[in-house]
Amino acid sequence: MANNGREPVIVGVADAPLQDGMVPDGQNPLQIQAHAARRALAEAGLRFEDVDGLLTAGTWGIPGPGNLMALTVGEYLGIRPVFMDGTQIGGSSFEAHVAHASLALQAGYCEVALITYGSTQRSQRARSLAGRGESLTLQYESPFGLPTPVGAYAMAAQRHMHEFGTTSEQLAEIAVATRKWAALNPAATLRDPLTLANVLASPMIASPLHLLDCCLVTDGGGAVVMTTAERARDLKSRPIHVRGYGETLTHATIASMPDLTLTGAERSGRIAMEMAGVTHGEIDVVEIYDSFTITVLLTLEALGFCARGEGGAFVSGQRTAPGGDFPLNTNGGGLSYAHPGMYGLFVLIEAVRQLRGESGERQVPDAGIALAHGTGGVLSSTCTCILSRD
Amino acid sequence: MAYEKPLPLVNEESRPFWEGCKRHQLVLQHCRDCGAYVYYPRALCKACHSDRLHWEPVSGEGTIYSYTVCHRPAGPAFKGDVPYVVALIELKEGPRMLSNIVTDDPESVRIGQVVRVTFDDVTEEITLPKFVAIG
Repeated sequence: MANNGREPVIVGVADAPLQDGMVPDGQNPLQIQAHAARRALAEAGLRFEDVDGLLTAGTWGIPGPGNLMALTVGEYLGIRPVFMDGTQIGGSSFEAHVAHASLALQAGYCEVALITYGSTQRSQRARSLAGRGESLTLQYESPFGLPTPVGAYAMAAQRHMHEFGTTSEQLAEIAVATRKWAALNPAATLRDPLTLANVLASPMIASPLHLLDCCLVTDGGGAVVMTTAERARDLKSRPIHVRGYGETLTHATIASMPDLTLTGAERSGRIAMEMAGVTHGEIDVVEIYDSFTITVLLTLEALGFCARGEGGAFVSGQRTAPGGDFPLNTNGGGLSYAHPGMYGLFVLIEAVRQLRGESGERQVPDAGIALAHGTGGVLSSTCTCILSRD
Repeated sequence: MAYEKPLPLVNEESRPFWEGCKRHQLVLQHCRDCGAYVYYPRALCKACHSDRLHWEPVSGEGTIYSYTVCHRPAGPAFKGDVPYVVALIELKEGPRMLSNIVTDDPESVRIGQVVRVTFDDVTEEITLPKFVAIG
Protein backbone atom coordinates (compact mmCIF):
# COMPACT_ATOMS: atom_id res chain seq x y z
CA MET A 1 0.00 0.00 0.00
CA ALA A 2 1.44 3.34 -1.03
CA ASN A 3 2.62 5.42 1.90
CA ASN A 4 1.37 8.80 0.73
CA GLY A 5 -0.75 9.84 3.71
CA ARG A 6 -3.92 8.52 2.11
CA GLU A 7 -3.78 5.09 3.79
CA PRO A 8 -7.27 4.27 5.10
CA VAL A 9 -7.89 4.39 8.84
CA ILE A 10 -10.89 3.92 11.12
CA VAL A 11 -11.31 6.89 13.46
CA GLY A 12 -14.75 6.34 14.97
CA VAL A 13 -17.03 3.48 15.96
CA ALA A 14 -20.34 3.27 17.81
CA ASP A 15 -22.94 0.60 18.49
CA ALA A 16 -26.50 1.24 19.63
CA PRO A 17 -27.13 0.48 23.32
CA LEU A 18 -29.70 -2.27 23.82
CA GLN A 19 -32.02 -3.21 26.68
CA ASP A 20 -32.89 -6.91 26.62
CA GLY A 21 -31.90 -6.95 22.97
CA MET A 22 -34.09 -4.00 22.04
CA VAL A 23 -33.44 -0.35 21.24
CA PRO A 24 -35.01 2.10 23.72
CA ASP A 25 -37.93 4.44 23.07
CA GLY A 26 -39.26 2.56 20.06
CA GLN A 27 -36.53 3.97 17.85
CA ASN A 28 -36.73 3.22 14.15
CA PRO A 29 -33.75 2.12 12.00
CA LEU A 30 -33.06 5.68 10.80
CA GLN A 31 -32.99 7.09 14.34
CA ILE A 32 -30.63 4.31 15.40
CA GLN A 33 -28.26 5.16 12.56
CA ALA A 34 -28.38 8.90 13.24
CA HIS A 35 -27.48 8.47 16.93
CA ALA A 36 -24.73 5.96 16.16
CA ALA A 37 -23.27 8.13 13.40
CA ARG A 38 -23.16 11.17 15.67
CA ARG A 39 -21.35 9.22 18.38
CA ALA A 40 -18.87 7.64 15.96
CA LEU A 41 -18.08 11.04 14.42
CA ALA A 42 -17.74 12.61 17.87
CA GLU A 43 -15.04 10.09 18.81
CA ALA A 44 -12.90 11.60 16.08
CA GLY A 45 -14.06 15.18 16.61
CA LEU A 46 -15.65 15.18 13.17
CA ARG A 47 -19.00 16.72 12.19
CA PHE A 48 -21.67 15.54 9.75
CA GLU A 49 -20.52 18.40 7.47
CA ASP A 50 -17.18 16.61 7.11
CA VAL A 51 -18.74 13.40 5.76
CA ASP A 52 -18.44 13.10 1.98
CA GLY A 53 -18.72 9.32 1.66
CA LEU A 54 -21.74 7.24 2.73
CA LEU A 55 -21.95 3.46 2.79
CA THR A 56 -24.96 1.65 4.20
CA ALA A 57 -26.85 -1.63 4.11
CA GLY A 58 -29.86 -3.06 5.87
CA THR A 59 -33.18 -4.77 5.39
CA TRP A 60 -35.55 -2.05 6.62
CA GLY A 61 -38.13 -0.20 4.57
CA ILE A 62 -38.36 -2.74 1.74
CA PRO A 63 -40.50 -2.31 -0.28
CA GLY A 64 -40.38 1.43 0.39
CA PRO A 65 -37.61 3.91 1.20
CA GLY A 66 -35.15 1.09 1.89
CA ASN A 67 -35.12 0.29 -1.82
CA LEU A 68 -32.98 3.40 -2.23
CA MET A 69 -31.22 2.96 1.08
CA ALA A 70 -28.16 5.20 0.71
CA LEU A 71 -30.36 8.01 -0.60
CA THR A 72 -32.77 7.69 2.29
CA VAL A 73 -30.02 7.58 4.91
CA GLY A 74 -28.15 10.48 3.29
CA GLU A 75 -31.29 12.61 3.20
CA TYR A 76 -32.27 11.70 6.78
CA LEU A 77 -28.78 12.55 8.08
CA GLY A 78 -28.70 15.78 6.06
CA ILE A 79 -25.49 15.02 4.21
CA ARG A 80 -24.58 15.32 0.54
CA PRO A 81 -21.87 12.75 -0.13
CA VAL A 82 -19.80 12.55 -3.32
CA PHE A 83 -19.29 8.80 -2.85
CA MET A 84 -22.15 6.39 -2.15
CA ASP A 85 -22.14 2.63 -1.76
CA GLY A 86 -25.24 0.57 -1.02
CA THR A 87 -23.52 -2.78 -1.44
CA GLN A 88 -25.91 -5.37 -0.01
CA ILE A 89 -24.34 -8.82 0.14
CA GLY A 90 -25.84 -9.85 3.48
CA GLY A 91 -24.08 -9.73 6.82
CA SER A 92 -20.66 -9.26 5.26
CA SER A 93 -21.72 -6.00 3.58
CA PHE A 94 -19.93 -3.81 6.11
CA GLU A 95 -16.55 -5.47 5.62
CA ALA A 96 -17.08 -4.84 1.90
CA HIS A 97 -17.92 -1.23 2.76
CA VAL A 98 -14.58 -0.91 4.59
CA ALA A 99 -12.85 -2.30 1.51
CA HIS A 100 -14.67 0.03 -0.88
CA ALA A 101 -14.22 3.06 1.37
CA SER A 102 -10.50 2.26 1.60
CA LEU A 103 -10.24 2.28 -2.18
CA ALA A 104 -12.16 5.56 -2.42
CA LEU A 105 -10.04 7.21 0.28
CA GLN A 106 -6.78 6.07 -1.28
CA ALA A 107 -7.91 7.26 -4.69
CA GLY A 108 -8.83 10.68 -3.33
CA TYR A 109 -12.49 10.14 -4.23
CA CYS A 110 -13.60 11.11 -0.72
CA GLU A 111 -12.10 12.29 2.59
CA VAL A 112 -14.41 11.08 5.36
CA ALA A 113 -16.51 7.94 4.87
CA LEU A 114 -19.40 6.98 7.13
CA ILE A 115 -20.70 3.39 7.30
CA THR A 116 -24.09 2.88 8.98
CA TYR A 117 -26.55 0.14 9.87
CA GLY A 118 -29.77 -0.04 11.88
CA SER A 119 -32.32 -2.76 12.59
CA THR A 120 -35.42 -3.16 14.73
CA GLN A 121 -36.14 -6.77 13.82
CA ARG A 122 -36.64 -7.78 17.48
CA SER A 123 -38.96 -5.04 18.61
CA GLN A 124 -40.93 -5.32 15.37
CA ARG A 125 -40.85 -9.14 15.55
CA ALA A 126 -39.69 -9.09 11.96
CA ARG A 127 -37.54 -12.19 12.09
CA SER A 128 -39.15 -15.11 10.33
CA LEU A 129 -37.88 -18.47 9.18
CA ALA A 130 -40.30 -18.28 6.25
CA GLY A 131 -37.50 -17.02 4.10
CA ARG A 132 -37.90 -15.20 0.90
CA GLY A 133 -40.23 -14.84 -2.05
CA GLU A 134 -40.81 -17.52 -4.63
CA SER A 135 -39.81 -15.65 -7.77
CA LEU A 136 -36.81 -16.16 -10.04
CA THR A 137 -34.09 -18.29 -8.41
CA LEU A 138 -36.11 -18.84 -5.24
CA GLN A 139 -38.91 -20.70 -7.03
CA TYR A 140 -36.64 -23.75 -6.79
CA GLU A 141 -36.18 -23.41 -3.01
CA SER A 142 -39.14 -21.79 -1.21
CA PRO A 143 -41.73 -24.51 -2.07
CA PHE A 144 -39.73 -27.11 -0.11
CA GLY A 145 -39.82 -25.40 3.28
CA LEU A 146 -36.16 -24.81 4.03
CA PRO A 147 -36.14 -22.66 7.19
CA THR A 148 -34.02 -19.68 6.22
CA PRO A 149 -31.22 -19.20 6.95
CA VAL A 150 -30.80 -21.87 9.64
CA GLY A 151 -31.65 -24.83 7.40
CA ALA A 152 -28.85 -24.06 4.97
CA TYR A 153 -26.29 -23.77 7.77
CA ALA A 154 -27.65 -26.98 9.25
CA MET A 155 -26.99 -28.83 6.00
CA ALA A 156 -23.42 -27.51 5.99
CA ALA A 157 -22.98 -28.75 9.57
CA GLN A 158 -24.45 -32.14 8.68
CA ARG A 159 -22.05 -32.46 5.75
CA HIS A 160 -19.07 -31.42 7.90
CA MET A 161 -19.98 -34.07 10.48
CA HIS A 162 -20.28 -36.65 7.71
CA GLU A 163 -16.95 -35.83 6.08
CA PHE A 164 -14.82 -35.13 9.14
CA GLY A 165 -16.53 -36.65 12.17
CA THR A 166 -17.21 -33.25 13.73
CA THR A 167 -19.54 -33.51 16.75
CA SER A 168 -22.33 -31.43 18.28
CA GLU A 169 -20.13 -31.16 21.40
CA GLN A 170 -17.42 -29.48 19.35
CA LEU A 171 -19.91 -26.98 17.92
CA ALA A 172 -21.20 -26.35 21.43
CA GLU A 173 -17.66 -25.46 22.56
CA ILE A 174 -17.96 -22.35 20.39
CA ALA A 175 -21.28 -21.27 21.96
CA VAL A 176 -19.92 -21.79 25.49
CA ALA A 177 -16.66 -19.94 24.86
CA THR A 178 -18.48 -17.05 23.22
CA ARG A 179 -20.82 -16.76 26.22
CA LYS A 180 -17.77 -16.45 28.50
CA TRP A 181 -16.67 -13.41 26.50
CA ALA A 182 -20.19 -11.98 26.71
CA ALA A 183 -20.03 -12.32 30.50
CA LEU A 184 -17.13 -9.83 30.37
CA ASN A 185 -19.03 -7.37 28.17
CA PRO A 186 -21.61 -5.21 30.01
CA ALA A 187 -23.29 -4.41 26.66
CA ALA A 188 -23.94 -8.06 25.79
CA THR A 189 -27.55 -9.29 25.71
CA LEU A 190 -26.98 -12.75 27.26
CA ARG A 191 -24.32 -13.00 29.98
CA ASP A 192 -25.35 -15.96 32.16
CA PRO A 193 -22.93 -18.90 32.15
CA LEU A 194 -23.59 -21.66 29.64
CA THR A 195 -22.40 -25.28 29.63
CA LEU A 196 -21.89 -27.77 26.82
CA ALA A 197 -24.79 -29.75 28.31
CA ASN A 198 -27.05 -26.66 28.12
CA VAL A 199 -26.33 -26.28 24.42
CA LEU A 200 -26.90 -29.97 23.66
CA ALA A 201 -30.12 -30.01 25.70
CA SER A 202 -31.57 -26.95 23.98
CA PRO A 203 -34.33 -27.65 21.43
CA MET A 204 -33.33 -28.94 18.03
CA ILE A 205 -34.14 -26.31 15.39
CA ALA A 206 -32.81 -27.86 12.20
CA SER A 207 -30.67 -30.90 12.81
CA PRO A 208 -27.88 -30.94 13.79
CA LEU A 209 -28.21 -27.33 15.01
CA HIS A 210 -29.75 -26.69 18.43
CA LEU A 211 -31.29 -23.43 19.57
CA LEU A 212 -28.06 -22.45 21.35
CA ASP A 213 -26.05 -23.06 18.17
CA CYS A 214 -28.00 -20.14 16.69
CA CYS A 215 -27.42 -16.42 16.98
CA LEU A 216 -29.72 -14.16 18.97
CA VAL A 217 -32.55 -12.18 17.44
CA THR A 218 -32.12 -8.57 18.59
CA ASP A 219 -32.36 -4.98 17.42
CA GLY A 220 -29.19 -3.04 16.92
CA GLY A 221 -27.13 -0.78 14.79
CA GLY A 222 -23.95 1.16 14.61
CA ALA A 223 -21.57 3.28 12.64
CA VAL A 224 -17.93 3.28 11.54
CA VAL A 225 -16.07 6.40 10.41
CA MET A 226 -13.05 6.20 8.12
CA THR A 227 -10.61 8.76 6.79
CA THR A 228 -7.00 8.97 5.61
CA ALA A 229 -3.95 8.61 7.86
CA GLU A 230 -3.02 12.20 7.07
CA ARG A 231 -6.41 13.61 8.05
CA ALA A 232 -6.41 11.45 11.18
CA ARG A 233 -3.36 13.23 12.56
CA ASP A 234 -5.55 16.20 13.49
CA LEU A 235 -8.37 14.11 14.96
CA LYS A 236 -9.13 13.18 18.57
CA SER A 237 -9.22 9.37 18.34
CA ARG A 238 -6.40 6.90 17.86
CA PRO A 239 -6.57 5.78 14.21
CA ILE A 240 -6.78 2.07 13.48
CA HIS A 241 -5.22 1.11 10.16
CA VAL A 242 -6.97 -0.91 7.47
CA ARG A 243 -4.11 -3.06 6.16
CA GLY A 244 -5.92 -5.49 3.93
CA TYR A 245 -9.31 -6.56 2.66
CA GLY A 246 -10.84 -9.15 0.37
CA GLU A 247 -14.34 -10.13 -0.71
CA THR A 248 -15.95 -12.87 -2.76
CA LEU A 249 -19.11 -14.86 -3.34
CA THR A 250 -19.55 -18.56 -3.97
CA HIS A 251 -23.32 -18.79 -4.48
CA ALA A 252 -26.64 -17.28 -3.37
CA THR A 253 -28.90 -20.32 -2.83
CA ILE A 254 -27.50 -23.22 -0.85
CA ALA A 255 -28.05 -25.76 -3.65
CA SER A 256 -25.46 -23.86 -5.68
CA MET A 257 -22.72 -23.81 -3.02
CA PRO A 258 -19.86 -25.71 -4.68
CA ASP A 259 -18.67 -27.43 -1.49
CA LEU A 260 -20.73 -27.20 1.71
CA THR A 261 -17.65 -27.42 3.93
CA LEU A 262 -15.52 -24.76 2.22
CA THR A 263 -16.57 -21.11 2.34
CA GLY A 264 -15.34 -18.17 0.30
CA ALA A 265 -13.26 -17.16 3.34
CA GLU A 266 -10.55 -19.31 1.80
CA ARG A 267 -10.32 -16.71 -0.96
CA SER A 268 -11.30 -13.45 0.74
CA GLY A 269 -9.02 -14.24 3.67
CA ARG A 270 -6.05 -15.02 1.45
CA ILE A 271 -6.54 -11.80 -0.54
CA ALA A 272 -6.78 -9.73 2.66
CA MET A 273 -3.81 -11.34 4.40
CA GLU A 274 -1.59 -11.07 1.33
CA MET A 275 -2.49 -7.40 0.93
CA ALA A 276 -1.71 -6.79 4.60
CA GLY A 277 1.44 -8.91 4.50
CA VAL A 278 0.51 -10.70 7.72
CA THR A 279 0.66 -14.37 8.64
CA HIS A 280 -1.73 -16.29 10.88
CA GLY A 281 0.68 -16.26 13.82
CA GLU A 282 0.88 -12.46 13.78
CA ILE A 283 -2.86 -11.97 14.33
CA ASP A 284 -3.66 -11.25 18.00
CA VAL A 285 -7.45 -11.21 17.99
CA VAL A 286 -10.03 -12.68 15.61
CA GLU A 287 -13.61 -11.49 15.18
CA ILE A 288 -15.66 -13.84 12.97
CA TYR A 289 -19.33 -13.52 12.07
CA ASP A 290 -21.06 -16.18 14.19
CA SER A 291 -24.56 -16.51 12.81
CA PHE A 292 -24.33 -20.14 13.93
CA THR A 293 -21.61 -22.17 15.63
CA ILE A 294 -20.92 -23.96 12.34
CA THR A 295 -20.26 -20.61 10.64
CA VAL A 296 -17.32 -20.04 12.98
CA LEU A 297 -15.91 -23.53 12.54
CA LEU A 298 -16.09 -23.38 8.73
CA THR A 299 -14.58 -19.90 8.69
CA LEU A 300 -11.64 -20.84 10.93
CA GLU A 301 -10.82 -23.66 8.54
CA ALA A 302 -11.30 -21.64 5.37
CA LEU A 303 -9.17 -18.78 6.70
CA GLY A 304 -6.41 -21.31 7.34
CA PHE A 305 -6.17 -21.09 11.13
CA CYS A 306 -6.44 -24.87 11.04
CA ALA A 307 -6.57 -27.52 8.35
CA ARG A 308 -9.84 -28.49 6.68
CA GLY A 309 -11.76 -30.89 8.86
CA GLU A 310 -9.80 -29.97 11.98
CA GLY A 311 -12.05 -27.14 13.14
CA GLY A 312 -13.74 -29.33 15.73
CA ALA A 313 -10.46 -30.27 17.38
CA PHE A 314 -9.24 -26.68 17.06
CA VAL A 315 -12.07 -25.19 19.15
CA SER A 316 -12.13 -27.99 21.74
CA GLY A 317 -11.06 -27.46 25.33
CA GLN A 318 -12.42 -23.88 25.33
CA ARG A 319 -9.46 -22.72 23.29
CA THR A 320 -11.33 -19.64 22.04
CA ALA A 321 -12.61 -18.57 25.49
CA PRO A 322 -11.10 -15.84 27.69
CA GLY A 323 -7.74 -17.16 28.86
CA GLY A 324 -7.50 -19.58 25.92
CA ASP A 325 -4.76 -19.22 23.35
CA PHE A 326 -7.05 -18.07 20.51
CA PRO A 327 -9.16 -15.03 21.53
CA LEU A 328 -12.26 -15.15 19.30
CA ASN A 329 -15.42 -13.05 19.20
CA THR A 330 -14.42 -11.10 22.26
CA ASN A 331 -17.62 -9.01 22.50
CA GLY A 332 -19.76 -12.13 22.90
CA GLY A 333 -20.58 -12.39 19.21
CA GLY A 334 -23.87 -12.80 17.44
CA LEU A 335 -24.42 -15.79 19.70
CA SER A 336 -24.52 -13.76 22.93
CA TYR A 337 -23.89 -10.02 22.37
CA ALA A 338 -26.45 -9.07 19.72
CA HIS A 339 -27.62 -10.11 16.26
CA PRO A 340 -29.85 -7.59 14.51
CA GLY A 341 -29.88 -9.57 11.24
CA MET A 342 -26.70 -8.28 9.59
CA TYR A 343 -24.07 -8.67 12.29
CA GLY A 344 -20.98 -7.85 10.20
CA LEU A 345 -20.67 -4.27 11.44
CA PHE A 346 -20.05 -5.45 14.98
CA VAL A 347 -16.99 -7.58 14.23
CA LEU A 348 -15.40 -4.38 12.89
CA ILE A 349 -16.43 -2.31 15.93
CA GLU A 350 -15.08 -4.88 18.38
CA ALA A 351 -11.82 -5.31 16.45
CA VAL A 352 -11.27 -1.53 16.59
CA ARG A 353 -11.96 -1.41 20.33
CA GLN A 354 -9.56 -4.28 20.98
CA LEU A 355 -6.82 -2.58 18.95
CA ARG A 356 -7.40 0.71 20.77
CA GLY A 357 -7.06 -1.18 24.06
CA GLU A 358 -10.42 0.00 25.39
CA SER A 359 -12.24 -3.34 25.81
CA GLY A 360 -12.09 -3.35 29.60
CA GLU A 361 -12.36 -6.74 31.27
CA ARG A 362 -12.39 -8.53 27.93
CA GLN A 363 -9.30 -6.74 26.57
CA VAL A 364 -6.81 -9.03 24.84
CA PRO A 365 -3.40 -7.92 26.18
CA ASP A 366 -1.34 -5.91 23.69
CA ALA A 367 -3.62 -6.58 20.72
CA GLY A 368 -1.79 -5.20 17.68
CA ILE A 369 -3.37 -6.93 14.69
CA ALA A 370 -6.98 -8.05 14.31
CA LEU A 371 -8.88 -10.00 11.69
CA ALA A 372 -12.55 -9.09 11.17
CA HIS A 373 -14.58 -11.38 8.97
CA GLY A 374 -18.14 -11.22 7.68
CA THR A 375 -20.33 -13.90 6.13
CA GLY A 376 -23.52 -13.04 4.25
CA GLY A 377 -26.55 -14.89 2.99
CA VAL A 378 -26.30 -18.65 3.48
CA LEU A 379 -22.48 -18.91 3.59
CA SER A 380 -22.81 -17.05 0.28
CA SER A 381 -20.58 -13.99 0.51
CA THR A 382 -17.48 -13.57 2.61
CA CYS A 383 -15.38 -10.50 3.28
CA THR A 384 -12.24 -10.24 5.39
CA CYS A 385 -10.50 -7.16 6.82
CA ILE A 386 -7.10 -6.96 8.50
CA LEU A 387 -6.80 -4.07 10.94
CA SER A 388 -3.78 -2.92 12.91
CA ARG A 389 -2.94 -0.59 15.78
CA ASP A 390 0.31 0.68 14.27
CA MET B 1 -58.43 -27.35 1.68
CA ALA B 2 -56.44 -24.71 -0.14
CA TYR B 3 -52.72 -25.31 -0.50
CA GLU B 4 -51.03 -22.59 1.57
CA LYS B 5 -47.32 -23.26 1.13
CA PRO B 6 -45.20 -21.19 -1.23
CA LEU B 7 -45.59 -22.10 -4.89
CA PRO B 8 -43.08 -21.42 -7.63
CA LEU B 9 -43.72 -18.26 -9.60
CA VAL B 10 -43.32 -19.86 -13.01
CA ASN B 11 -41.74 -17.76 -15.76
CA GLU B 12 -40.88 -18.53 -19.39
CA GLU B 13 -37.41 -19.70 -18.41
CA SER B 14 -38.65 -22.17 -15.81
CA ARG B 15 -41.84 -23.30 -17.56
CA PRO B 16 -40.34 -26.41 -19.25
CA PHE B 17 -39.05 -27.64 -15.89
CA TRP B 18 -42.39 -27.22 -14.11
CA GLU B 19 -44.35 -28.57 -17.08
CA GLY B 20 -42.11 -31.66 -16.96
CA CYS B 21 -42.92 -32.11 -13.29
CA LYS B 22 -46.61 -31.78 -14.08
CA ARG B 23 -46.41 -34.77 -16.43
CA HIS B 24 -44.23 -36.56 -13.83
CA GLN B 25 -41.03 -36.30 -15.76
CA LEU B 26 -37.84 -34.69 -14.47
CA VAL B 27 -36.22 -32.61 -17.22
CA LEU B 28 -33.03 -30.57 -17.04
CA GLN B 29 -31.25 -28.24 -19.39
CA HIS B 30 -28.36 -29.92 -21.21
CA CYS B 31 -25.51 -28.08 -22.94
CA ARG B 32 -24.89 -29.05 -26.56
CA ASP B 33 -21.38 -27.61 -26.37
CA CYS B 34 -19.84 -29.02 -23.18
CA GLY B 35 -22.36 -31.71 -22.24
CA ALA B 36 -23.06 -30.35 -18.77
CA TYR B 37 -26.50 -30.63 -17.23
CA VAL B 38 -27.75 -27.39 -15.71
CA TYR B 39 -30.09 -26.82 -12.77
CA TYR B 40 -31.71 -24.45 -12.02
CA PRO B 41 -32.62 -23.35 -15.57
CA ARG B 42 -30.76 -20.36 -16.93
CA ALA B 43 -29.85 -18.47 -20.08
CA LEU B 44 -26.25 -19.67 -20.31
CA CYS B 45 -24.59 -22.97 -19.42
CA LYS B 46 -23.25 -22.82 -15.87
CA ALA B 47 -20.05 -24.59 -16.94
CA CYS B 48 -19.09 -23.02 -20.29
CA HIS B 49 -21.54 -20.09 -20.75
CA SER B 50 -22.78 -21.42 -24.06
CA ASP B 51 -26.35 -20.49 -24.95
CA ARG B 52 -26.92 -23.81 -26.73
CA LEU B 53 -29.05 -25.33 -23.99
CA HIS B 54 -31.90 -27.71 -24.63
CA TRP B 55 -34.23 -29.68 -22.37
CA GLU B 56 -33.71 -33.39 -21.76
CA PRO B 57 -35.39 -35.98 -19.56
CA VAL B 58 -33.04 -37.28 -16.87
CA SER B 59 -32.92 -40.38 -14.68
CA GLY B 60 -34.54 -38.86 -11.61
CA GLU B 61 -31.99 -40.71 -9.47
CA GLY B 62 -29.32 -39.35 -7.21
CA THR B 63 -27.76 -39.45 -3.76
CA ILE B 64 -28.30 -37.33 -0.68
CA TYR B 65 -25.42 -34.82 -0.47
CA SER B 66 -26.71 -33.29 2.77
CA TYR B 67 -29.98 -32.82 4.63
CA THR B 68 -31.58 -31.37 7.71
CA VAL B 69 -34.52 -32.53 9.78
CA CYS B 70 -36.56 -29.38 10.33
CA HIS B 71 -38.05 -29.22 13.80
CA ARG B 72 -39.11 -25.58 13.35
CA PRO B 73 -41.15 -24.85 10.25
CA ALA B 74 -40.28 -22.42 7.48
CA GLY B 75 -43.29 -20.30 8.38
CA PRO B 76 -46.80 -21.24 9.53
CA ALA B 77 -47.70 -23.12 6.33
CA PHE B 78 -45.20 -25.87 7.17
CA LYS B 79 -46.15 -26.12 10.84
CA GLY B 80 -48.18 -29.29 10.42
CA ASP B 81 -45.28 -31.08 8.71
CA VAL B 82 -42.59 -30.97 11.41
CA PRO B 83 -40.36 -32.84 11.67
CA TYR B 84 -39.73 -32.87 7.91
CA VAL B 85 -36.63 -33.41 5.82
CA VAL B 86 -35.10 -30.87 3.42
CA ALA B 87 -32.18 -32.24 1.44
CA LEU B 88 -29.69 -31.48 -1.29
CA ILE B 89 -29.84 -34.26 -3.84
CA GLU B 90 -26.87 -34.79 -6.10
CA LEU B 91 -28.49 -35.99 -9.31
CA LYS B 92 -26.80 -38.72 -11.36
CA GLU B 93 -26.38 -36.18 -14.13
CA GLY B 94 -24.41 -33.83 -11.83
CA PRO B 95 -26.44 -30.86 -10.57
CA ARG B 96 -27.64 -30.55 -7.00
CA MET B 97 -31.32 -29.98 -6.35
CA LEU B 98 -32.97 -28.80 -3.14
CA SER B 99 -36.06 -30.81 -2.30
CA ASN B 100 -37.75 -32.93 0.36
CA ILE B 101 -37.15 -36.53 1.29
CA VAL B 102 -40.56 -38.17 1.68
CA THR B 103 -40.37 -40.52 4.68
CA ASP B 104 -42.26 -41.60 7.77
CA ASP B 105 -38.98 -41.78 9.64
CA PRO B 106 -36.93 -38.58 9.29
CA GLU B 107 -34.26 -39.93 11.64
CA SER B 108 -33.48 -42.74 9.18
CA VAL B 109 -32.27 -40.34 6.48
CA ARG B 110 -28.52 -40.45 5.81
CA ILE B 111 -26.01 -38.67 3.59
CA GLY B 112 -25.11 -40.92 0.67
CA GLN B 113 -28.50 -42.64 0.48
CA VAL B 114 -29.67 -43.39 -3.04
CA VAL B 115 -32.93 -41.62 -3.85
CA ARG B 116 -35.42 -41.45 -6.70
CA VAL B 117 -37.76 -38.66 -7.70
CA THR B 118 -41.44 -38.83 -6.84
CA PHE B 119 -43.97 -36.25 -7.89
CA ASP B 120 -46.31 -34.42 -5.54
CA ASP B 121 -49.29 -32.82 -7.34
CA VAL B 122 -49.81 -30.06 -4.81
CA THR B 123 -52.27 -27.99 -6.90
CA GLU B 124 -54.02 -28.21 -10.26
CA GLU B 125 -51.15 -26.30 -11.86
CA ILE B 126 -48.09 -27.20 -9.84
CA THR B 127 -46.33 -30.49 -9.19
CA LEU B 128 -43.27 -30.54 -6.93
CA PRO B 129 -40.41 -33.00 -7.48
CA LYS B 130 -39.59 -34.76 -4.21
CA PHE B 131 -37.44 -37.78 -3.44
CA VAL B 132 -37.69 -41.16 -1.70
CA ALA B 133 -34.86 -43.38 -0.53
CA ILE B 134 -34.48 -46.55 -2.61
CA GLY B 135 -31.23 -47.85 -1.09
